[in-house]
Amino acid sequence: MRIVVAKPGLDGHDRGAKVIARALRDGGHEVIYTGLRRTPQEIVRIVTDEDAAAVGLSTLSGAHNVLIPKVCDGLREAGLGDVVVFAGGIIPEQDRSPLYEKGVRAIFGPGSTTKSILEFLEMVSSRKKAAESVGVGEQIGWRWNE
Amino acid sequence: MNETTSLFESAKSGDRRALARLLSVLEEGGTSPVENGSGDSIGITGPPGVGKSTLIGKLIDEWVSRGETVAVLAIDPSSPQTGGALLGDRMRMVNADSSDGIYVRSLATRNHPGGLMDCLTPMVDVLCACGWDHVVLETVGAGQSEIRVVAFANRIILVDGPDRGDVIQAEKAGIMELADLIVINKADLPNANRAAEAVKSALSAGSNVDVPDVLLVSAHSSMGVSELVDSITELQSSKDRERLRIRERLISAWDSALLTSDLFDESIRAIETGNMTLNQAVGHIRDKSN
Repeated sequence: MRIVVAKPGLDGHDRGAKVIARALRDGGHEVIYTGLRRTPQEIVRIVTDEDAAAVGLSTLSGAHNVLIPKVCDGLREAGLGDVVVFAGGIIPEQDRSPLYEKGVRAIFGPGSTTKSILEFLEMVSSRKKAAESVGVGEQIGWRWNE
Repeated sequence: MNETTSLFESAKSGDRRALARLLSVLEEGGTSPVENGSGDSIGITGPPGVGKSTLIGKLIDEWVSRGETVAVLAIDPSSPQTGGALLGDRMRMVNADSSDGIYVRSLATRNHPGGLMDCLTPMVDVLCACGWDHVVLETVGAGQSEIRVVAFANRIILVDGPDRGDVIQAEKAGIMELADLIVINKADLPNANRAAEAVKSALSAGSNVDVPDVLLVSAHSSMGVSELVDSITELQSSKDRERLRIRERLISAWDSALLTSDLFDESIRAIETGNMTLNQAVGHIRDKSN
């Protein structure tokens, strides 16, 4: 799968995102890493230009409730409703359900294993093949439970 | 109208999503809607760490400030074990995602024998037909397969650093002979002048009459970037270098034909079991392929 790993917002470091990018590569995926401090508009542009099937958003600084919905909306507006959005970093439990409502399909935090992220992506592939909703613009409901 | 044609029509009218999808179709081996080889590209290569992506980022800025559009195909190797790839070139092209005049696409080599080679030319053709003024192929010049990728470009720029060690690597790899222009990047560092002199003397030592220019540039401070863009505009490739490039392309097409042939695995088994010698296998494959 072609996957964009993106850092929206003003986080100061990207150790976690880089670990994820490498783990996805080792899982056989083509990973496009954006680097730090990207705006939601830039991320939507990158996903468009790279024809990516999924985008992983990593945020640490607490702006997830602003930035992640903006990316989700931007993708839908750009006609990329079939793109799968997942997130990671520091996203407290009480903030998660609004993000799922916006079309995020999985949220990984401290303690998540890279193996579980790869399993999530396998599940995404099989849902896509079966034409079951998994994209950001498709019916909300299914999400990954670790 | 088939899928490719309708994507191409949308891409020509400026639909980036259609363009991105069309390039994916070509990458998967789809038929190009454009005449083969009608495009024109600039290949930029050089040893790892000399600042190719950063320099391309600066070239992009300069072209855009002149009102011209640029498409970049940034090529990175796939892991031979897993088939995965980490494509990080665009993180160094900081302004690439802010203008409609720039398109950046990351490509993995995918270890398809000749796979990337087969789709690169159609990709360049399509980008040119969609009206992109400059199409740049970026690859790491660190091995034979990468040289063959860059040999598919119409004009080639070799980027090098101020450390003489890199220059020697480039000489060894055989990229120097293919280059129409040589850039010594990081010219803000000491030793850049010396590196430029070393490259010039290495070039003039050969029998090659048509020696490429050597430019000093600093992508970090933007020094020399505008002059580099002027040089690229006027850059012509020589007949000699074109011949060398055709040679590389032919070898890569040959490799691809060999690796995808049924006789290849058959011959490996025959050699393994002692039923054939290497020379017999070569003869066998050559005779049967006609």
